[in-house]
Amino acid sequence: MEAFFQNLLNALQWGSFYALIALGYTLVYGVLLLINFAHGDIFMVGAYIGFFIATFLLGTYAFRLPVMLPNEVVFVITLVAAMLLTALVGVTIERIAYRPLRRKGASRLYVVITALMAGLILENGNLALLGASRRSFPELLPKSIYTLGGITFSNIKILVIATTVVVFLILELIIHKTRLGMAMRAISYDRMAVPLMGIAADTVIVFTFALGSALAALAGVFFATSYPVLEPYMGALVGWKAFIAAVIGGIGDIRGAFLGGFLLGFIEIFVAAVFPSTLRDLIAFSVLLIFLTIKPTGLFGVARATKI
Amino acid sequence: MATGLLFTPCAWSKARTIRIGFNIPLTGDIPKVGEGSKYSAEMLKQKINAAGGLKVGKDTYQLEFIYEDNESKAESATAAAMKLITQDEVLALIGPQASKQAIPAGEICNSFKTPMITPWSTNPQATRDRPYVFRGCFLDPFQGPVVANFATREFKAKKAAVLYDIASDYPKGLAEYFKAAFEKIHGPGSVVAFETFTTKDRDFSAQLTKIIKSGADVLFTPQYYDEVPLIVKQAHELGWKKPIMGSDSWGSAELMKLCGDDCKGLFFSTHYAAAGARGATKEFIDSYKAKYGYIPDDVAALTWDSIRLLLTAIQNTGGLSGKVEKDREAVKNQLARIRDFEGITGKMTFTPEGDPIKCAVIVKINNQGEFEFYESVCP
Repeated sequence: MEAFFQNLLNALQWGSFYALIALGYTLVYGVLLLINFAHGDIFMVGAYIGFFIATFLLGTYAFRLPVMLPNEVVFVITLVAAMLLTALVGVTIERIAYRPLRRKGASRLYVVITALMAGLILENGNLALLGASRRSFPELLPKSIYTLGGITFSNIKILVIATTVVVFLILELIIHKTRLGMAMRAISYDRMAVPLMGIAADTVIVFTFALGSALAALAGVFFATSYPVLEPYMGALVGWKAFIAAVIGGIGDIRGAFLGGFLLGFIEIFVAAVFPSTLRDLIAFSVLLIFLTIKPTGLFGVARATKI
Repeated sequence: MATGLLFTPCAWSKARTIRIGFNIPLTGDIPKVGEGSKYSAEMLKQKINAAGGLKVGKDTYQLEFIYEDNESKAESATAAAMKLITQDEVLALIGPQASKQAIPAGEICNSFKTPMITPWSTNPQATRDRPYVFRGCFLDPFQGPVVANFATREFKAKKAAVLYDIASDYPKGLAEYFKAAFEKIHGPGSVVAFETFTTKDRDFSAQLTKIIKSGADVLFTPQYYDEVPLIVKQAHELGWKKPIMGSDSWGSAELMKLCGDDCKGLFFSTHYAAAGARGATKEFIDSYKAKYGYIPDDVAALTWDSIRLLLTAIQNTGGLSGKVEKDREAVKNQLARIRDFEGITGKMTFTPEGDPIKCAVIVKINNQGEFEFYESVCP
């Protein structure tokens, strides 16, 4: 029983990363009907930006700050700055790669291929610029380990899970209660009619990309805090799986992405806990496949006439 | 002009070279391994070429090393071996380093009748039934019992847990040898948790939860340096306070940079210990450190030894014919005959399989994060 609750907690942490990344996929898809395959690599970029900001603030490089900041402050600055800068990267990709195609009215297939290429460019650009060496994310938060009724957890685990839930709630608020959220939903409903209503569609799209990329950076920094070995391809596999999680939840719906992320986390952890881990991906994805056969639109998805 | 030079006997003899291929992971999961191998090779090459070259019989040759990146992938390792053998027409190959690449690449070298020495692959399959494939290190059937005995003696362990990557030849083989050796001492079922994961996994919490609940006294995890920090940190986060042991794949210069305090005080078995080395080993470490700025890991030392083994075998042929097939054959025959070779990682004598008989070292990671010699175990 103890082992069960321990694994429940493990699954909540692991699922948090999928959920955070899946939210980014779903936001962009919801607004643009575009599967942003570069999203997993934006997550990687977020982790690396976080790494460089953190090590810079800790005074690892030649230029030092006049005052030494406490590690907790460094963590908060790292998180915020990484989110802002990664948002900028996301917006830049949208501006350079996706917007010209959208202007020309290119078929959605080409946009998806462009997204795949953008992801590969990010991965290999990182490899070429920074080399293949692994980097170790500094331990910014003092780690404390608690044991409660045979279940062991660290403060970082709790922080990751709690933040994911809070982020989801804030996102719900933004989408359903703000004017910008309303505009996002409007574009998702009918992209052609929205400009006629006097809404600047491009602004809303830029905002969506910024939001999604910031979430990826948040996930990246937390991921690097929990699993502190960084490598250029770290976003690939996690990104694909988070995409699958978003589809399971019904891509385009943020409740779906949130639940889908946790669902995948739970299946993966519990399969590894019960069966030999070789079967993990096999069972996890068989379950998901069966699920999609029964409910092709995912948990919260609505059937649309056109889908990629 | 160029053709003129080619046909002038004098100029031609000056340009004589021995070409050796390197099949190493410069990118991929373990780039530090490739870097160490390359640095070590460059250092040896410069040393020999600066001294005029390698004397084989009556002739002197300059060394030419060709480095191919196998991206730490099995399929790229076979492609790199193929390219080096057929396109570059190298005399012999050094590498691949990890068993996952050395086993398939060994098959290629053997079928093309080209001698290959893998400096670091400890899985027996790499050389088994392959007369052209040799290695520069001890084997896992030897290393497994060394770790099992050490855990029994040092930690009084009666129950052990193992966590390993099932999709990689080296950890899988070693985990099984450890299990067999440990159960031989403590009886069947004494390895209470035998948990697996798959390459690229980052989260091991489910497996570690099982290991902690199993009541094991020691955790053995024969993984590479990029996974060890994650495993050790997560084990500590889940409340594991007992010893963790590793194998020679831990011995990278990068390990402590990635792992930090979590790895201090842990033990692993390996080929050599840099802290407190003497003689030729110290000389190697000092000149490597002066040149590249960090203490070389075991892969670098084993690569150095493997190249020297190969050069010794080339010299022992008594002269090269210039026909690559014939020379490859001669080098292979000489390699098999090497006895009591004094390497910087210990003395080696080859078995008919192409495996050296040599000692293992148990290293403790001390509080300064250095790999400190703890004890030596000989066959």
